[in-house]
Amino acid sequence: MKLLTALAACTILGTAPAFADKIFVSNEKGNSITVLDAASLEVIHTITGMQRPRGITASPDGKVIYVCASDDNLVRVYDAATYEELPSLPSGPDPELFVLHPEGKKLFIANEDDNIVTVVDTETRQVLAEVPVGVEPEGMGVSPDGKIVVNTSETTNMAHLIDTETFEIVANVLVDSRPRFAEYTPDGKILFVTAEIGGTVSVIDTTSHEITQKVTFEVAGILPEALQPVGLRVTKDGKKAYVALGPANRVAVIDIASMAVTDYLLVGQRVWQLAFSPDGKFLYTTNGNSNDISVINTETDEVTVSVQVGEQPWGVVAVKS
Amino acid sequence: MLRDPTSSGLLLAATLAALAAPGATQAQTDTTLYRAAVLRIDTPGPMPISRLSLPAADAGFAGGNLGTADNATTGAFMKQSFETESLAIAPDALASEMERLLGEGVQWFVVLGDSASVQQASDLAGERAMVFNATATDDALRGENCRANLLHIAPSDAMLSDALAQYLVWKRWSDWFLIEGSHPQDRALGAAYRRAADKFGARITTDRVFEDTGGARRTDSGHVQVQAQMPVFTQGAANHHVVVAADHSGVFADWLPYHTWDARPVTGSAGLKPVTWHPAHEAWGATQWQSRFEKLAGRQATPVDFQVWTALRVVGEAATRTKGGDFAALRDHILSPEFSLAAFKGQKLTFRDWDGQLRQPILLASDLVITSVSPQEEFLHQTSHLDTLGIDRQETTCKK
Repeated sequence: MKLLTALAACTILGTAPAFADKIFVSNEKGNSITVLDAASLEVIHTITGMQRPRGITASPDGKVIYVCASDDNLVRVYDAATYEELPSLPSGPDPELFVLHPEGKKLFIANEDDNIVTVVDTETRQVLAEVPVGVEPEGMGVSPDGKIVVNTSETTNMAHLIDTETFEIVANVLVDSRPRFAEYTPDGKILFVTAEIGGTVSVIDTTSHEITQKVTFEVAGILPEALQPVGLRVTKDGKKAYVALGPANRVAVIDIASMAVTDYLLVGQRVWQLAFSPDGKFLYTTNGNSNDISVINTETDEVTVSVQVGEQPWGVVAVKS
Repeated sequence: MLRDPTSSGLLLAATLAALAAPGATQAQTDTTLYRAAVLRIDTPGPMPISRLSLPAADAGFAGGNLGTADNATTGAFMKQSFETESLAIAPDALASEMERLLGEGVQWFVVLGDSASVQQASDLAGERAMVFNATATDDALRGENCRANLLHIAPSDAMLSDALAQYLVWKRWSDWFLIEGSHPQDRALGAAYRRAADKFGARITTDRVFEDTGGARRTDSGHVQVQAQMPVFTQGAANHHVVVAADHSGVFADWLPYHTWDARPVTGSAGLKPVTWHPAHEAWGATQWQSRFEKLAGRQATPVDFQVWTALRVVGEAATRTKGGDFAALRDHILSPEFSLAAFKGQKLTFRDWDGQLRQPILLASDLVITSVSPQEEFLHQTSHLDTLGIDRQETTCKK
């Protein structure tokens, strides 16, 4: 009964539902961010005024949204509740993807044009360091303990492991062609790196920095060259990894214990990036060529619905409201 | 073929792009050095129709410089360094320059020239070096004249014409008016278009040869005569959807658009062109390559620049994957089914084992944009989609 009252109040006031999570989707071609209510999956707002938004992430408390505005050469910052634009962060040229340190203060940005990773303090908005890496840095991941940030370089084909205190490279791991994304398991023992052109996911032991295994993909009726792993996310319990397979229009499910691919979920066209809902019950996928996101139920691994967003959705992040 | 109208046939430029990896200087002994040469054979010839088509002084070399720089950045993490010598030479200097470079230990040659020069370079190299053909599109060079030490980065005439044919057939523009130039390389390209029409179910309703009668291709107010001549030349063709121009020599194709008797789009050597690269190409991360190139060269990239970059990246990729292997190790890796290269074309590029041709998607570019990319999805193949372009395994006449 209390809930009903609350809902009624919302309706009367005409504001967004107060308790639902929100999904923020960057639309690379649309030059906008689509904001969806995670419960109703309705579009509740569109943020405009940016050029070529790609990578998108949120502060640990979910209150601030960071977006790589690639053609503006900066990181745009928004209030997740009011959508008001906050002061931008310097990013170096053509920022594509970044990762926020778990403490929320250091943002590590891949600058594709300059073969560097730029480290920016989110509070002082100063550049703390520029770390030279391989050709075309793109994917960025951070270890759960926050000690290591990983950058993947797309033409050098390496994962560069960077110490988050000293900004020195501590290891370089050669992976397959065009590595796009890096993600750790929650226990920090395994690092996954996707290779878009190589068609594989490298499984890297974080102690030895050796590749223990490469996960490959196979879908009947789809030519091998179309199986292009890009975004990858690991569930909070560390049991499953989801891999976006680009033009194959599928998200692969990997059972981490066996490293076997257990399922291929049909989503929209050219699926690139993935994000979990804050409670981990849903996975959202950006489908660049069909202008929508797909919603996957992570318990049943079923694709439940797809929702139209802006033109060429690229990245996605979900926050608690 | 690259023509440099300003060349007197003498050696014009010799630049050395030595981009050693950081760390190579203090630890010289740990570093593996890979030496390559880019040889551009400049043949004196007439000016192109348009001054916009004049090749840059560093045509091809700039692509090579970027390839060497990219290899060096990766090499810095692998204790590998890369050195490339870029030479513009006259055809008769090819033998002596190659002998000198072979003597100095250069084992990777990128040749920019016609098929005769490429063949000569390949024969001179023998088992001492590998040769990359960066410009010659002649199918015979991949067929009866193929060589074991020769890899083709340049697409073949068959690949280029198949790429355009697939799109035209997909568009339902299946009736073609083929106009080919009178030089042997134009006749060969014309033959490739006839083959492509048969292969994909198009019809050549009229077939004409545009004779090159010599003379300057650019004269003051030359358009006055062209405006009278071209409509007449194209008059009376049977019904067709498009004009397909086969003009490697650059004699007439650029004059066709807006001058044809019938109001039909022009494709092939003018209008909608099949190319490996174009400054407007942005898909699959290509924008990053374009901006790296433009920063380095101060101009936009041409297909030749991209092809030289690709050739040197083949060497760099093999050096990375073999973890600093010697010449034989790199060559064996490149020729093995394990080899692949990422080159901003949306899928891995590999070599055909039957004729050494690099498989690659072909861009169909109009003036300012990429109109389409072939292969078109609808044309299927049992092994590789890319093998719908060019000479397939069962058709090859190559006996290496």
